[in-house]
Amino acid sequence: MVDDLQRAGSGQLDPTSLLPPAEPVHLLDPDGTLHEDPDHPVGLDDAALLELHRTMIITRRVDREAINLQRQGQLGVYASCLGQEAAQVASAWALQDEDWIFPSYRELGAAIVRDVDPADLLHLFRGTWLSDHDPYEHRFALLSIPIGTQALHATGFAMGARFDDNPIVTVVYFGDGGTSEGDPHEAMTFAGVMRAPVVFFVQNNQYAISVPLAKQTAAPTLAHKAIGYGLPGYRCDGNDPLATYAVTRRAVERARAGHGPALIEALTYRMEAHTTSDDPSRYRSDEELEAAALTDPIVRLRNHLRNRDLLDDATERRFEEEAAERAQAVRDAIYDAPHGDPLELFDHVYVAPRADLAAQRDELRAELARREDDDGGAA
Amino acid sequence: MTVTLAQAINRALTDAMAEDDRVLVFGEDVGRLGGVFRVTDGLQSRFGEQRCFDTPLAESGIIGTAIGLAIYGYRPVAEMQFDGFTYPAFEQLVSHLAKLRNRSRGTLTLPVTVRIPYGGGIGAGEHHSESPESYWVHTAGLTVVSPGTPDDGYAMVREAIASDDPVIVMEPKRRYWMKADIELPVTAPPAHEALVRREGTDVTIVCYGPMVRTALDAAEAAEEEGWSLEVLDLRSLSPMDTEAIVASVQRTGRAIVVHEAGRSLGLGAEVAARVQEAAFYHLEAPVLRATGFDTPYPPAKLEGYWLPDVDRILDLVERSLAY
Repeated sequence: MVDDLQRAGSGQLDPTSLLPPAEPVHLLDPDGTLHEDPDHPVGLDDAALLELHRTMIITRRVDREAINLQRQGQLGVYASCLGQEAAQVASAWALQDEDWIFPSYRELGAAIVRDVDPADLLHLFRGTWLSDHDPYEHRFALLSIPIGTQALHATGFAMGARFDDNPIVTVVYFGDGGTSEGDPHEAMTFAGVMRAPVVFFVQNNQYAISVPLAKQTAAPTLAHKAIGYGLPGYRCDGNDPLATYAVTRRAVERARAGHGPALIEALTYRMEAHTTSDDPSRYRSDEELEAAALTDPIVRLRNHLRNRDLLDDATERRFEEEAAERAQAVRDAIYDAPHGDPLELFDHVYVAPRADLAAQRDELRAELARREDDDGGAA
Repeated sequence: MTVTLAQAINRALTDAMAEDDRVLVFGEDVGRLGGVFRVTDGLQSRFGEQRCFDTPLAESGIIGTAIGLAIYGYRPVAEMQFDGFTYPAFEQLVSHLAKLRNRSRGTLTLPVTVRIPYGGGIGAGEHHSESPESYWVHTAGLTVVSPGTPDDGYAMVREAIASDDPVIVMEPKRRYWMKADIELPVTAPPAHEALVRREGTDVTIVCYGPMVRTALDAAEAAEEEGWSLEVLDLRSLSPMDTEAIVASVQRTGRAIVVHEAGRSLGLGAEVAARVQEAAFYHLEAPVLRATGFDTPYPPAKLEGYWLPDVDRILDLVERSLAY
C-alpha cells in the first residue's frame, strides 16, 4: 500500500484518496437482499452470521431491560442503544480479541461482544458504583461520559502499541455530536502524525440529545472531516450489519498493517430518547420515527438469514429465550442492589496512602457510627 | 559541582529514562529543541525519537494520549510548555487523569507525571507567568509538588516518575537558573514532608516553589530589623504537610503564607484554615497572606508591582508582630 502518511503536509498526497465514497457502503437491503461488493468483502461464514444476529438480539433485549429498570426506579438514568445494534455489534465483531475498545456511554452492544457483564456497566447508572468491570480482562475501557474525550485515550493506547510493535488496534466510539468537540480533533491530529493504529468510529445517530446533524456541522459528511488529518474517511450504512462489519474490518486491518488510523461514519438512528430523562417528542415527529423503524438492523439481518434458510423458528426462539435469560440475570443483579461501603470512597483515589484522606475517612466512619447509634435509639 | 534547577530536572529525566525504558518524555518542542527552557535538552539524541518526542501543538492531546499510554503500560512524563497553556488540557487533567483510578475501582493505574513551568518574574506576561496550582490541589486524585531548590528539582521529579499516582510537578520557571553546589544524583526527604529551610523564632513564613528563595531573602533582611523568621518550604502542595506547619506555628505563634497566585482561594487560604483548626490557641496574630492580587496577571513591565517580594513579606511581618 502506498505510504500516504509519509507524504502528508508535503502537498504530494492525493487528497481524493482520503475522501469518503459518494454513497455510504451498503450491502444488505431492508428485505435482506445482499449486494456483494468486491471492495468490501464480508467473509463471515453462516455460523458467524447467526452469532451476529444472536448478539444483536441479546443487546436489544438487555437494553430494553435497562429501560424497564429505569422506569421502575432501579436506575437513575439510562442511555439506550435501540436501533444502533448493528453499528455497535458488527463493528466490535470486526476486531481481534486483543484489540481494545474505548466506548462512550451508549455502547452496550460492543460491551456484550466483549463479554462485559451488562450489570457491571449498569451500576454506573444505578449509582451503586462508577464501574465494575476489569478493562484489561475485556479489553474494554470504562464508559466515558465527557463527550469525545476517550478518543485521546484510544489514540495514546494505540501509540503505545505501535511503540511496542504490538499488532493491536484500538477502536473508539463517539457520536455525531462528539465530532464537534475538540478532543476527537486533537486525537485525529495525533493519530495521523504518530501513525497510531486507531479507528475512530462515529455512530451518526442523527441527534446530539435534541440537536440534529444539520445544526452540528456544515461539513459535507462527518467522514469528510478525516481528510483534514490525513486520515481516510469511510462511510457505511450503520444499520446494515454486513456493511458495518466489512468497512470496520477493512479500516482495522489497514491500521494493524501499519498504514495508520481511519475515521468511519456509520449512519444509524437513535430510536430511543437520548437518555431516559429526555423527551424526544419535543424535537422529532412520529413520522420520522416510523420511517427510521423501516431500516431496523435486526429485522434486516433476520430477513437475510430467513431468505437463505439459515434461521428457523426454533433457532430464533432459542435466541429470544437466551436474550430473556440474560435480561433476567441483569435484572437480578441490579434490582435493589445495595450500594457499597461508604468508606470505600476513600480507597481508590490514590495508590499511595494519604494521611489527609485517612483522617477524612475516620471522620466519615465516626459519622456512620453516630448515625447507627441514632437509628438504634429511634428503634 | 554547580547545578541549576533546570539541569537538575534534566538529569532526573535522564536518569529515570535510563533506568526504565517505559518512561517516555513528550510535549511541545521537547525533542529536537530540548524544550523552550532546555529542560529536556539531549534526551531525544540519547534515547531516540520514540522515548522523547515532539507532539502536535495540542495540550488536551498531550494529556489525553498520556492517559492512553499509561493504560497501555507506559510511564509518561508530559510537559505543558507554560502554566497558561494547561487550560486546554483542563478536562483531561481533572475529569480523567485525576479520576480514572477511582472510577475504575482501583483497576486502572496512571503513573503520569505532568511537568508545568509556572509563575512569573521573567518578564513574559500573561499566559506565561501564571500560578494555577490551586486548580490541581482542589482536584481529588492529583498529587501536586513544587520544588524550590535544585536538589528538590532532581529528587521530586524522580519521585514523581516513580509514583504510580499522577503527579503534577509545578516547576518555578524563574528559578530554573538558580544554582546549588550539589552532586547529582541527590536524595531528599519524600516530597510530602515539608522542610524548615531556615529556623527562626518570631514568625513562620510558609512558602513553596519560586517563593522559597524570596522568603529566605526576606528572612535575611528581617534579621537586620531584629526579627527571626522561620522559613517552611511546603514542597508538596497536595498532600500538604499540616503537621509541619502546625509544629512551626506552635513554636512561633505567627504565620505568613507567601505565594505568587492570587489571594482568594490560593493555598494561603487553606494553610490559614488548617492553622486555625489545629493551633488556634498558639496563635498570637491572624495568619496573613503575601500573595499576588486578585487581578489578571499584569503586563510584564508591571509584574514587579504585582508579585510578592521581600518588602511585601516584611510589611506583613511587621503587622503580624504588632498584634
